[in-house]
Amino acid sequence: MSRSYLPHWMHRLGSPPTFYRFAGALRPWLMGAALAAGAIGLFGGLVLAPPDYQQGDAYRIIFIHVPSAWMSLFVYACMAVAGLVALVWRVKLAEVIAMECAPAGAAFTLITLATGSLWGKPMWGTWWTWDARLTSELVLFFLYLGVIGLYHAFEDRRRGARAASLLALVGIVNLPIVHYSVQWWNTLHQGSTVDWMNLGQSSIAPSMLWPLLVMALATHLYFFASILGRARTGLLSLEGGKQWVRELVDGQSAQTTGAPT
Amino acid sequence: MGGYAVYVWPAYAVFFAVLAWDWFAPALRRRRLSRELRGRIARERIRNTRAARAEAST
Repeated sequence: MSRSYLPHWMHRLGSPPTFYRFAGALRPWLMGAALAAGAIGLFGGLVLAPPDYQQGDAYRIIFIHVPSAWMSLFVYACMAVAGLVALVWRVKLAEVIAMECAPAGAAFTLITLATGSLWGKPMWGTWWTWDARLTSELVLFFLYLGVIGLYHAFEDRRRGARAASLLALVGIVNLPIVHYSVQWWNTLHQGSTVDWMNLGQSSIAPSMLWPLLVMALATHLYFFASILGRARTGLLSLEGGKQWVRELVDGQSAQTTGAPT
Repeated sequence: MGGYAVYVWPAYAVFFAVLAWDWFAPALRRRRLSRELRGRIARERIRNTRAARAEAST
């Protein structure tokens, strides 16, 4: 086996029935933590943080816009890593996770584009402009749609997942373009708000920074809860004929039918 | 919201609406899959019982 150097627990967790139970147990805790962090972050951002001296209260869109934008890139990276594992080792769970990342990532990208548009109208005077950051984020959205479309274009879903994983890997070139677009083409979109190398030097007051970081934590936790639920559904659909799924949906079927497993 | 309420609240509405879709769509799909699979198992069970009965009567 080419995977024999992986630790034993990873083999176990990669098996669909084990993962299904594990994900089902972990998911409520992640979602609970996400809701708690989201409530704290929104209270800090909408109630405690003062209005911006230039943008007034319109800047408050930042607390959802920027975390969603980070997630649109983060989810793509997750999809590409899962896609690579799916292509190289043909792990069924990795195929499912890669394909389930695509709609979740598309959701965050759509939020980023829509909230950015609602922020751009009062600040720039336009809903949309072909600025480098906006355009590359739109390309990211189309990449997600392309992965979803290619996956569903195949009759054999496992082959579809591998073809779409390849597209996801090629699309990685767009990630640095989105990230550095505000530096390479300094057009309309403002530069980075948070300086990760030196948080104290960020161009944002601490009273606005902490709700932003807490919201980023909340969206990450939410995504982990969401992808576990999506992966469970994907596994159920892909493994519909298997014995463990039959036992799961109908406890007595195992004994009474001589169905092939 | 200092005159910006018409932009800020719809942005938050989009955020929660899209994430609600992301959260509930897979759950609905899972329920539909389980229902279909239960139906398939029930049909198989009927077919198997009939086959067994036919075999017993010959």
